[in-house]
Amino acid sequence: MANDPDHSTATPEQRAAALEIVLRRKGEMPETFVEDFTNHAEEKWITDNGAQMVARAWTDPAFRARMLADGKAAAMEMGFQFPEHHRQLVVLENTLDIHNVIVCTQCSCTAYTIIGAAPDWYKDIDYRARVVRQSRTVLREMGLDLPASTEIRVWDTTADHRYMVLPLQPPATKGWPEEKLAAIVTQDAMIGASQLEKVED
Amino acid sequence: MDGMHDLGGKQGFGRVKYPSPPHEETWEPLVRALSAFAIRKHIYNMDEFRHAIERMAPRHYMAAPYYERHLTAVATLLVEKDYVTREELEALASGAFPLSGSSGPGRLPSSPQSFAIGEKVRVKNEFVPGHVRMPAYVRGKVGVVVGISPLCPFPDAAGHSMQAPMEPTYDVRFRSRDLWPDSCDEALNHVGVFQSYLEKTETT
Repeated sequence: MANDPDHSTATPEQRAAALEIVLRRKGEMPETFVEDFTNHAEEKWITDNGAQMVARAWTDPAFRARMLADGKAAAMEMGFQFPEHHRQLVVLENTLDIHNVIVCTQCSCTAYTIIGAAPDWYKDIDYRARVVRQSRTVLREMGLDLPASTEIRVWDTTADHRYMVLPLQPPATKGWPEEKLAAIVTQDAMIGASQLEKVED
Repeated sequence: MDGMHDLGGKQGFGRVKYPSPPHEETWEPLVRALSAFAIRKHIYNMDEFRHAIERMAPRHYMAAPYYERHLTAVATLLVEKDYVTREELEALASGAFPLSGSSGPGRLPSSPQSFAIGEKVRVKNEFVPGHVRMPAYVRGKVGVVVGISPLCPFPDAAGHSMQAPMEPTYDVRFRSRDLWPDSCDEALNHVGVFQSYLEKTETT
């Protein structure tokens, strides 16, 4: 730790292990909870959930309308789950003129059951501090050079609703089956840090 | 509280490390699971958890990786809620166990009021001693309500284990140039703002 000149601080491994002991002894945490939870998170809360929603929205106009009206209901209709405190999923539709990008400046909230656990760069203090104020510059540095005419909308996850971006469908993929479409949708595109337009048939 | 966590618009930061370099931290999934267990078991709620992170010493906050912040919050709350003492934790961990500090008290919502979609609103010029989910970059600023969200527990109360009444949050759209005149990229900034943080403007 930066403010630990005599190196007396226990390592994060030691501290995490201490907490595990306390929760087992005093919190009645079952023996298998950590493993079960971790397996569940890794198997069920994955980027592919959001990717399947995006692919369906591209191919099924009625689903797209439902997803834009109530993202949580649309996700639950596909069998996806939410933790108790995620009260709403707001789906932000990118268009040729509007680009949406998500951040959580105060912590790193995300719709992790739908788009998967947030990537490290999203949790980075540099991203959290800068993207609200220097959106175009930050996106350009990250490889997304938006035309000057594109309006940028930055969404700060400060309350208990969650966001996901509905990216533009790459023109070359029109007519593809849903499963093939889902495979090209990335987590970064559902955060709004990248677009998908370079996909080739 | 105006803590170190409230980073939006702060200057001097550098390029985002993108794409993220791979890293292997075997203790991170453990911390994630422990925190999830404590939430499910209602040992604390999400607002108390967030507030415990916000209360970390600024130097520790800035230097700690993401899951070390979570680890510190879990430990702080377990000590504060009498599951364990700091001394016991340090004995179990075989070393010092830095915890978060304390903050000012929580507070209850202000009197109910309502705002319509399309209405101009101002974020109150408030300096809150305890937990608050209003990012400082919108404090005192004027925006337009573009959406109304389902009721949520008022975080300034929930973060202090007070009985938290439910209240609406509003999607408020600000222009970046109203937030940081002459010193930002052109954009629309959307923030989810709790009803109690807002007030009417004279110009509606």
